[in-house]
Amino acid sequence: MSEPRGRPRRKNPLAKTRQPLLPPGLRSRTALGLTAAAAEGRFALQVCSDCGLVIYPPRDACPGCLSARLPYQEVNPIGTLVVETTVRIAAERYFRERAPWRIGMVKLNAGPLLVVHLHGDVTEGGRVRLALKLDKSGAAVAIALPETETLNMQDDPQLREMTCDPKFRCVLITDGRSAVGQAMAKALSVAGATVVFVGVAEPWKPFVGMDLLHNLERVEIVPLDVTDTESVAMQARQNGGRIDIVINTAEHVRPGGIMARHGVATAREEMDVRYFGLMRLAQAFGPSMAARGADGSNSATAFVNLLSVYALMNWPTYGAYSAAEAASLSASQCLRTELRPAGVKVINVFFGPLETDWFQTVPPPKVTPRALAEAVLDALKNGLEEVFVGDVATQMRARLAVNPKALERELAG
Amino acid sequence: MWRKSYDGVVACVPVTIPYRRYSTHTAHWWIGRALRELTQQAGLRLKDLDGLAVSSFTMSPDTAIALTQHFGLSPRWLDQVSLGGASGIVALRRAARAVQVGDADCVACVAGDTNQVGTFSKTLSSFSRFTQDAVYPYGTGGPNASFALITKNYMNTYGARREDFGKICIAQRDNAMAFPHALLKTKLTLEDYMSARSICDPLHLFDCVMPCAGAEAFLVCRETFAQAHGLTGVRVLATIERHNAFAQDPIQIRGGWAMDAVELWSLAAAKPDDVDFVETYDDYPVIAMMQFEDLGFCKKGEGADFVRSHTLTNGGSFPHNTSGGQLSVGQAGAAGGYLGLVEALRQLSDAALGTQVPDARIGLVSGFGMINYDRGLASCAAILARAA
Repeated sequence: MSEPRGRPRRKNPLAKTRQPLLPPGLRSRTALGLTAAAAEGRFALQVCSDCGLVIYPPRDACPGCLSARLPYQEVNPIGTLVVETTVRIAAERYFRERAPWRIGMVKLNAGPLLVVHLHGDVTEGGRVRLALKLDKSGAAVAIALPETETLNMQDDPQLREMTCDPKFRCVLITDGRSAVGQAMAKALSVAGATVVFVGVAEPWKPFVGMDLLHNLERVEIVPLDVTDTESVAMQARQNGGRIDIVINTAEHVRPGGIMARHGVATAREEMDVRYFGLMRLAQAFGPSMAARGADGSNSATAFVNLLSVYALMNWPTYGAYSAAEAASLSASQCLRTELRPAGVKVINVFFGPLETDWFQTVPPPKVTPRALAEAVLDALKNGLEEVFVGDVATQMRARLAVNPKALERELAG
Repeated sequence: MWRKSYDGVVACVPVTIPYRRYSTHTAHWWIGRALRELTQQAGLRLKDLDGLAVSSFTMSPDTAIALTQHFGLSPRWLDQVSLGGASGIVALRRAARAVQVGDADCVACVAGDTNQVGTFSKTLSSFSRFTQDAVYPYGTGGPNASFALITKNYMNTYGARREDFGKICIAQRDNAMAFPHALLKTKLTLEDYMSARSICDPLHLFDCVMPCAGAEAFLVCRETFAQAHGLTGVRVLATIERHNAFAQDPIQIRGGWAMDAVELWSLAAAKPDDVDFVETYDDYPVIAMMQFEDLGFCKKGEGADFVRSHTLTNGGSFPHNTSGGQLSVGQAGAAGGYLGLVEALRQLSDAALGTQVPDARIGLVSGFGMINYDRGLASCAAILARAA
């Protein structure tokens, strides 16, 4: 079992905040296939299409038959930790300040040998389960985990360098008026966040679910309107220095395309919430999060952006909505690069139609706010970067990979 | 098997440019110094060098061809040997063949590297694609962690103890005490060795080579050429070279020598007992122990027993790394792959700068290089003999 992590001690205000350092993030283009798998929490290695050899490190020709057909495929992650070592003196600055650091060599049952990071609960000679994770540099690394879940497993310090566990962290949920925002607040309260700030625009106006929010432990309702630059800036001045995780739940859902609408007023509102809103949040909270990327065990760690999966391909029934989501996604990708030097992850969570009023006429399957909240929590705990929630989103992901043009036609109905 | 001998070819003029822990000079400066020393000691003019083999990790962005213009050479045979710790022997065997067939008369083999602050980590981060993709991101910071894992696995498999590796390191330090160019010349005791700070379990401070700047060089020419210039040549009885051997071994427990040792001894018409001293590649002591086994001085897995039953100093029963090896002299980048060979040339021409091995007539030198991912890929060896 891992040592259960206690509540971090109050920070000494006179102590210098540790500056973020990153592990080596450079990879070959072929090795970025590992990063793609890690971003979605899959364990995939190259498998030769001609001779079936499982290959690692990533190559451009199969060492068994020189085939160039080496797609990444999910592979059995079980193997044996043949040998381990503890690095006590490291050359790289990131590891130097985190030493001692355990690594080892794992022989996968599927064939190849991997140099891997080690979870504290694995032992030399024992069976392990490998996972691909994004480290602080945003690149994929392999870590050997205990074959089955162990007590307080998430609290292992080496694993925590690759995850964004909200336990003992301060979270900001940007919109508590929506069912999604409320489900999110509940999930993070249960997950043990130190404080869950829940933004509500004009909080003196009552709203459905207000009582529920008030009754949640460690949840604090704060004034926040993502369409108001001053409101966002004021909230950042108030609590920005403490916030470790931002979850942008601000939504603006209206059916309809672009031709039949009168003017651009609604579209402006959509963009104001989804695109400019994200930009305001990034400008107000991003810099202080970036400064706190390595600030102890409860450092700033993630910026979560909830996105309709139609950000990836326009759904004309909700055509203008899709366009605003696409703008938000693009901005989110930009923010990811901007927060990377701090080791802060940007997590894009894609969902299909929700079980909420604005998708009333849409047939199932739909995603409940609770399922979406659970998916966000899972993404934080596992340090994912791209998450697809529900059947519609998962299918869209698969169809985009196969034939985007077909998807465009089919979404047209 | 039919391989031609190296009859009529010799290696001569061993040159070492004294090492420094850090240098403000470039690799070109170090290589240039070595070439100058080589020509001066040999009494040759620059234009007499019609062949050049060069090895360096730090001469970027230059390659061997750029060095010809940099140094004002016009060779008719040019090679760049980028094999790290296998560079010296591989340069020797290629140059020997070139001389033998007349492609060149006089080949300068040289390796040199600088070590500025930061050079080492730069070399590591861009060492190879597999290193970049699959090793460097794990905090290894160079070969320490790779060798820690290899050492640990070897200890687990064969029961070698830290004391056994310590004996190798201590004997080399004893040899280094008399060697003027050794950077580490503080007497080392078993207690010092055992209590040194841990670097990467089970490796401790004295198991790890110290990166430094330096250069090594020698000449390869026909025996008649050497005689005409009054140079003491050393004959090449046999050589082997092997890359990426035993890829199926999950973790490296042997090097390519094990594949070719029988041929090596047979070509040399010699057996391990005939050898008067051995120069192994010793960036970490475990790899020296593997060379004892794989080259046939003892059986696989008996390296530790072999070490226990011998005295490894220059006056002992098995003189090993007679100048102190890299563990005491320092690892000057690619020149580390020349160190043992250059020392062997001295021992076989009564020119030892430190302690001369008494009556040294035959010596074995081996090389090992390039941790591309999880193991060293290049291995090679040469058996050399005093000229008749």
